[in-house]
Amino acid sequence: MYPANFDYHRASSVQEALAMMAENPDLKVIAGGHSLLPAMRLRLAQPPALLDVFGLEELRGIRREGDVFVVGAMTTHAQVLRSELPLFPEVAHEVGDPMVRNRGTIGGSLAHADPSADYPAAALALGVEFVIRGPGGERTVPADEMFVGMFESAVGLGELLTHIRIPASVRGSAYEKFKHPASHYAIAGVAVVRHADGEIRAAYTGAGERAERLPLLEERLNAGQPAGEGLVDAANLLGDRFASPEYRAHLVDVLAGRAAARV
Amino acid sequence: MNVTVTVNGKAHTRDVEPRTLLVHFLREDLGLTGTHVGCDTSQCGACTVHLNGEAVKSCTVLAVQAGGMEVTTIEGIGTAAELHPLQTGFWEKHGLQCGFCTPGMIMSAAELLRHDPDPSEETIRHHLEGNYCRCTGYHNIVFAVQHAAAAMRERQAGQAADD
Ligand SMILES: Cc1cc2nc3c(=O)[nH]c(=O)nc-3n(C[C@H](O)[C@H](O)[C@H](O)COP(=O)(O)OP(=O)(O)OC[C@H]3O[C@@H](n4cnc5c(N)ncnc54)[C@H](O)[C@@H]3O)c2cc1C
Repeated sequence: MYPANFDYHRASSVQEALAMMAENPDLKVIAGGHSLLPAMRLRLAQPPALLDVFGLEELRGIRREGDVFVVGAMTTHAQVLRSELPLFPEVAHEVGDPMVRNRGTIGGSLAHADPSADYPAAALALGVEFVIRGPGGERTVPADEMFVGMFESAVGLGELLTHIRIPASVRGSAYEKFKHPASHYAIAGVAVVRHADGEIRAAYTGAGERAERLPLLEERLNAGQPAGEGLVDAANLLGDRFASPEYRAHLVDVLAGRAAARV
Repeated sequence: MNVTVTVNGKAHTRDVEPRTLLVHFLREDLGLTGTHVGCDTSQCGACTVHLNGEAVKSCTVLAVQAGGMEVTTIEGIGTAAELHPLQTGFWEKHGLQCGFCTPGMIMSAAELLRHDPDPSEETIRHHLEGNYCRCTGYHNIVFAVQHAAAAMRERQAGQAADD
């Protein structure tokens, strides 16, 4: 099925992309296109104009700066999978399928804030930082402030997520996912990370309107207790024809137990 | 919009609407109908081609995004006289019934065998997660890929011995 008509532009630098976006508020950024194009084909999205930033080399690749890895937003899932990043390669292994991983980008996924996406749980548990550039310059957003709501991240209109800063060394980490068998998106996913200072952080995705930390799980694990049950309240979770809120709450408990056992 | 895409080694320039998906460009503008459309949701993998050497779903790439790039389709990997080892593998191991998913299966498996000449059954199954078959049941598809992998390893060993 064809998307509705649109104009297509390619940016040759981040600076040019930001200038074009400032001039034309109708411009919609396209990265790997593996969330945007499926939505456009179903006419769930009908942007009048696309700005292609996928080819921007300055936004691709991973470099180490002391204690952090700086990851370009256009780094594909396949590149993440082959990298030395903590936790993310394990998560990338579970994203979609090889073809999706060859096109889809880490920045596109995190900017998009799909409630069923895998990376957000890892981003929260790792406590990554997001570098966002806009007309007013550059700002850094902590993971806890990135996922605002369903398909809503802290990346605003006219802004570009350029890099993700990921702590380079953690003591242990795990991601456990219950995937939808056809789409492979997370019906529920839990990430647990033991940081360099020993503190454990955990988060879930897929089950609610947005990825969130798991404070009760963190409290128990940091006190040396088992993960236990009742980590999330089903009243705050999503239900659809694939899984009820109660089932998703149960999945979070089970996946948290499995992930905790591995860190 | 004018776009030039090199397909199976030959450059093609066409005037396309930006919304033209790469798969429709291949099928309708270039008449290369070996690449199939099996779904509307980017899931089935029947449209898999190689874009600058990487397997992608051509239903989820715009033709204009492929401008200046190289595409390989199922038509470009073997000939009727000399089939690609994966084509032989699907033939020998009955890796198909209706054959609709086969071009995508082969293009996807070809990428796997380039990185991993001797994949385990589990690796093959995980790698083909984005390619749906609705009749064979995957079992013989796994055998077909293993058959091709063995043939390609043998060929490689033969070449090494010749050198
Ligand atoms: C069949 C299939 C299965 C999938 N399975 C999974 C899965 O199991 N788990 C999972 O997590 N995901 C899955 N995905 C989604 C995939 O991971 C996408 O690649 C990802 O969600 C979006 O990244 P993208 O680069 O393709 O972004 P695009 O689709 O190009 O963009 C998505 C949105 O983010 C915006 N955007 C993109 N980049 C930036 C940026 N740098 N700055 C500001 N805004 C930006 C765009 O404007 C758009 O609104 C699947 C997709 C498909 C097609």
